[in-house]
Amino acid sequence: MIRIVLPAHLRLLAKVSGEVLLEVEGAATQRSVLDALEARYPMLSGTTRDHVTKVRRPFIRFFVCGEDWSNEAADRALPEAVANGSEPFLLVGAISGG
Amino acid sequence: MSRVRVLVGTRKGAFILSADGKRQEWKIDGPHFGGWEIYHVKGSPADPNRLYASQSSGWFGQLIQRSDDGGASWAPMGNKFLYEGAVGTHQWYDGTPHPWEFKRVWHLEPSLTDPDTVYAGVEDAAIFRSCDGGQNWNELTGLRGHGTGSQWMPGAGGMGLHTILLDPQDPRRIFVAISAAGAFRTDDGGVTWKPINRGLKSEHMPDPTAEVGHCVHRIAMHASRPNTLFMQKHWDVMRSDDAGDSWHEVSGNLPTDFGFPIDVHAHEPETVYVVPIKSDGEHYPPEGKLRVYRSRTGGNEWEALTNGLPQSDCYVNVLREAMAVDSLDSCGIYFGTTGGQVYASSDGGDHWEAIARDLPAVVSVEVQTLA
Repeated sequence: MIRIVLPAHLRLLAKVSGEVLLEVEGAATQRSVLDALEARYPMLSGTTRDHVTKVRRPFIRFFVCGEDWSNEAADRALPEAVANGSEPFLLVGAISGG
Repeated sequence: MSRVRVLVGTRKGAFILSADGKRQEWKIDGPHFGGWEIYHVKGSPADPNRLYASQSSGWFGQLIQRSDDGGASWAPMGNKFLYEGAVGTHQWYDGTPHPWEFKRVWHLEPSLTDPDTVYAGVEDAAIFRSCDGGQNWNELTGLRGHGTGSQWMPGAGGMGLHTILLDPQDPRRIFVAISAAGAFRTDDGGVTWKPINRGLKSEHMPDPTAEVGHCVHRIAMHASRPNTLFMQKHWDVMRSDDAGDSWHEVSGNLPTDFGFPIDVHAHEPETVYVVPIKSDGEHYPPEGKLRVYRSRTGGNEWEALTNGLPQSDCYVNVLREAMAVDSLDSCGIYFGTTGGQVYASSDGGDHWEAIARDLPAVVSVEVQTLA
């Protein structure tokens, strides 16, 4: 079970509170986690990455186990601690815009 | 008794202001989508409880929200706005070709007859249509593809398609306007389009009378006379009596002919409203006096409407989408400011009052007249 922490605006949009728990098919990667997230919550499609290219939106960041994984390859396996649910996958709205 | 519902889009959410037909006591409901930019909210003429809202954010992109109960509840619809075919290029600020990139929906225009059909004007400029209540969107490719698209250039606020007017007498005819490309018309339901900018003069352009490149801020029409159009251009207030085939200036005695919104009285097709703004570099009313100007002669002769509006130290702006009229017997006029005020007049502009004072900066105002 993957734990995902969404920013407040996306929690509101998806009508969830607290962490989102998701089963992910196969290896846990950024791509598979976001695929599963969008499959469960279709209203989140396009809010974190481009519909077609799947490129991360500029002001979205992915934090994992205290590290910034925003620019890591989408298919790189996430740490075991995220895959087994002991650590969350943090989806963060960047502090920017003044 | 009739009621009115004012749909207000702001930089930080949507608000719904409602009152009975007297328009004296207002209830403010909101914010809906707090924290998000709401470029536009508009109701379906065919089903007033069907509302569409454009919700966007620099972080999370574009969403479309729909309400089927007059704004009491909302559901996210489809947000896939994909340019069809070869994306192509328009001109960038430095004159180089730049690929079209979707940024946001500026304007939503529901069909006059079908609640499930709605048009979206987007940045970078294009028009999309949904025929299933906003779930799926398809581009009407003839607009970008008609031939001049590669010459279009963004205005300072982006290359947005901000105005969509549906001809109530001819369902095949649609007018749109784009900053800073100009006005365009289709006569075949959106398959083919042509520029309609003859008569516009824009001194900042190398060829001031070019076919495209004009910074049209807004176009308005009276439903009974769809061939007569009024335009607030970057500078100049213009009029056309042949569905945009030719335009002539009707700025007349305005203190400045720069501005953003323009609208027409619900029952008097020759009564037009604008809000003069000092200049393109100074986006506030001249002399710090917020004045709506009304022409009862279809332009050229304008009178200042000031009763109830701040007449000193006022430096707000009124954006292009932020004026609307109701259709009660005594026509109501509404506009919102970047200072968060929404002003209303229930007597065609003679007297004004603030029906909301401290909202976030107002981007858009629409009005529904309800039975």
